[in-house]
Amino acid sequence: MASITLDKVGKIYAGGTRAVGDVNIDIADGEFIVLVGPSGCGKSTLLRMVAGLESISEGTVRIGDRVVNDIEPADRDIAMVFQNYALYPHMSVRQNLAYGLKNRGTPKPEIERRVAEAAEILQIGPFLDRKPRALSGGQRQRVAMGRAIVREPAAFLFDEPLSNLDAKLRVTMRLEIKELQRRLRTTSIYVTHDQLEAMTLADRLVVLNAGRIEQIGTPLEVYRKPASTFVASFIGSPAMNLISSTALPHLPGVAHAGTIGIRPEDLTVSATGPILMDVLAVEELGAQRLVHGQTGGERLTVTLSSNAELSDSLRLDYRPGSLHLFTAGEGRRID
Amino acid sequence: MKRTLFRNQLLPWLLLAPQLAITFIFFLWPAAQAVRQSFLRQDAFGINTTFVGLSNFQALWNSPEYLNSLQVTAVFAVLVTVLSMGFALLLAVAVDRMIRSTSVYTTLLVWPYAVAPAVAGILWWFIFNPTIGVMPYFLDAIGYDWNHISSKTDAMTLVVIASAWKQISYNFLFFVAGLQSVPASLREAAAIDGAGPVRRFFDITVPLLSPTTFFLLVVNIVYAMFDTFGVIDATTEGGPAQATNILVYKVYFDGFVGQNMGSSAAQSVILMLIVIALTVVQFRYVEKKVAY
Amino acid sequence: MIENRPGLNLLAHLTLMLGVAIVALPVWVAFVASTHTATDFMSGTIPLWPGPHLIENYSQMLGAGVSTSGTPPVGTMMLNSLIMALLIACGKIAISITSAFAIVYFRFPLRNMAFWCIFITMMLPVEVRIVPTFQVVADLGMLNSYAGLSIPLIASATATFLFRQVFLTIPDELTEAARIDGAGPMKFFRDILLPLSRTNIAALFVILFIYGWNQYLWPLLITTSSDYYTIVAGIKRMADAVDGLPQWHLVMATAMLAMLPPVAVVIGMQRLFVKGLVETEK
Repeated sequence: MASITLDKVGKIYAGGTRAVGDVNIDIADGEFIVLVGPSGCGKSTLLRMVAGLESISEGTVRIGDRVVNDIEPADRDIAMVFQNYALYPHMSVRQNLAYGLKNRGTPKPEIERRVAEAAEILQIGPFLDRKPRALSGGQRQRVAMGRAIVREPAAFLFDEPLSNLDAKLRVTMRLEIKELQRRLRTTSIYVTHDQLEAMTLADRLVVLNAGRIEQIGTPLEVYRKPASTFVASFIGSPAMNLISSTALPHLPGVAHAGTIGIRPEDLTVSATGPILMDVLAVEELGAQRLVHGQTGGERLTVTLSSNAELSDSLRLDYRPGSLHLFTAGEGRRID
Repeated sequence: MKRTLFRNQLLPWLLLAPQLAITFIFFLWPAAQAVRQSFLRQDAFGINTTFVGLSNFQALWNSPEYLNSLQVTAVFAVLVTVLSMGFALLLAVAVDRMIRSTSVYTTLLVWPYAVAPAVAGILWWFIFNPTIGVMPYFLDAIGYDWNHISSKTDAMTLVVIASAWKQISYNFLFFVAGLQSVPASLREAAAIDGAGPVRRFFDITVPLLSPTTFFLLVVNIVYAMFDTFGVIDATTEGGPAQATNILVYKVYFDGFVGQNMGSSAAQSVILMLIVIALTVVQFRYVEKKVAY
Repeated sequence: MIENRPGLNLLAHLTLMLGVAIVALPVWVAFVASTHTATDFMSGTIPLWPGPHLIENYSQMLGAGVSTSGTPPVGTMMLNSLIMALLIACGKIAISITSAFAIVYFRFPLRNMAFWCIFITMMLPVEVRIVPTFQVVADLGMLNSYAGLSIPLIASATATFLFRQVFLTIPDELTEAARIDGAGPMKFFRDILLPLSRTNIAALFVILFIYGWNQYLWPLLITTSSDYYTIVAGIKRMADAVDGLPQWHLVMATAMLAMLPPVAVVIGMQRLFVKGLVETEK
């Protein structure tokens, strides 16, 4: 187990395109870090640089006390779980788990012990002699994690490991990964584009956009105090309403702001509220309903309980302290 | 294009070495020699060689024998291609209608692919043998006096049949695959639009089959021009009176039997140009193989 | 099939049966001829049904051959053909799969040039460079040898491209997983690529075995000693020798033996054969 440090890390491709720039992250021993962002934000590239699968163009990556920039992936003491699992199709589950250990010259009894242990933890014992193609998606996912566990590495690297599973299984496996990491206390970096997955798994989130870090923080910090309009719109579902301050000039403190952010769940129906919204559409979610409308030419979404009364226009108020203000140009948070 | 690569610089050369060595020694070097010799002339004793420019090519251009060989090759290639593809298409369309018996018929039709051209030649030579063959016996009954040893037409017919016969299985397999890739829904839609089986074949199947047809056209021409040496050598040996002397046979004959190196080399160069042209045509059509 | 038309189905069956008959005709005739004695041909045409001399004719050819033709026993020629076909098939697969591995998984200077050198072999069939290639083989002292029969034929652009295609479809993640699992290039090649290419290798082997077995011009040129005659090239020498003499039953027995192994391979491994054929042309 080890800490991982990324110091001014950047990636420039052969053609001169910059994929990642100026990334600084200190990951504590045993911490679960989630890199989250839209596709193309550089999160996978960053993970692959830690793994050693991409060369590091700028900065340094440390695993433990060791700078690993020029060290082969096999020698970095990391294990990786891939999106498509990357199980060797011609090997049995047992051989898949053992392959990395065998290549390192681990003694046979030791390999057997570790494979049995991992199989026990992940409950894949009955499948050990099957080929991957005879397994279901969830079982393959477990084998892929097993391959990481048997190595007893300093860190786990997860590259969107759940995105090939159906929605229901994804929720189950998410929890399993969380519990497993709690139990093993192995430093983990996890890449996903799914903000919900990121929120539920992370000790700390790293929100990336266009190859740069937008914000690092615990899920609640990021949710409560998004550092930019990008983070505000990316984290939380339904997304935060971002409204030009000119649409609601009478709200307090908006004079210097370019954009006002209000989460749909922070809006309430109130006869005396300062915001008047024309209702355009309603989505029923069961316990709640999402009401979409517009005010001053801007789109607005409100989460209301399903027994709330509806009309063609609603007067809305917001919970105190729930306004987020952002600068006009770059959309940085104003506190 | 792979994302993950190995870094070694020496290893790839070691891995390529056997293939490159054989390519250089047995392909590129001899080909270069052929090109070089095509510009030279050797005296009768093979002692003096002189640079003669394009005169070997000029001599070919003025040689009635060579022009005849070109013509024979063209006729031969067209006949083999048309006969073999036509017959194969007919069989493929018939098999495409089958549900259960497809694999039985396929097995019964694909094996001639495995017969060597030279053996195919021997077999048909035997069948058409003027004194003891089966076919001349039947042809005689309808009043045709078959003799491929003296008749140019008969000789050409023989080599065309032998060559086309061997190629039927290949064309059949590709036509079957092509037919199977025509979506059933299209034919069903046409049927609902009132097109009968024959109409559907010409309006739907034939146009959608055209990539396969074009591909086979090139393959069959290449086959007829270059892979039928065995057929010719085992049957007519180019005769009678040059009637079946196709280009590859003439190169061999002039080089090994006639010992005319300059002319044989010039013929080789022309053949290379033809192969290159055919390969380019083929690859423009199946680009993915080289586009990387 | 859309509408059920019994007439069309019957027509299709008849067409196919006729096709099968035409395709089988020459082999049937050869087989019939190979079961008779020389005197049975004297009557003018050959019989249409097999005679009683099958075992006698075939064992004579396999064991002794026709001494007057200058060819060795068919058994010897078949063994030579087998050795040549196996050397060509295995050789082509071996050098092509390593070449494809180098081209797909490494970046090195002149990689494109290497690729084009291999590609060019496709445009230089042996028939078009026959005289100078013969010269090279003669200069290297490879006439009348198994090496001479096989090595000059084993460069293969087609096989290299096939393996290249196969490797390109293998997900990058598998390579990455192997790298993280500590596998170097050759270990990856042996443990991952080779097993994953297994069916492609088998399919290619079927095609190349037939290609090798059926070689004609090349063995004809470079074997002058009858010890190295292959059956496909030898049969013509035999036919030449017996032409005029009515020994067709023996020539046809030889022809049957010459096509037996490759035809058996095609029929026995039809699935692999079709796969190989379609893939090498793709």
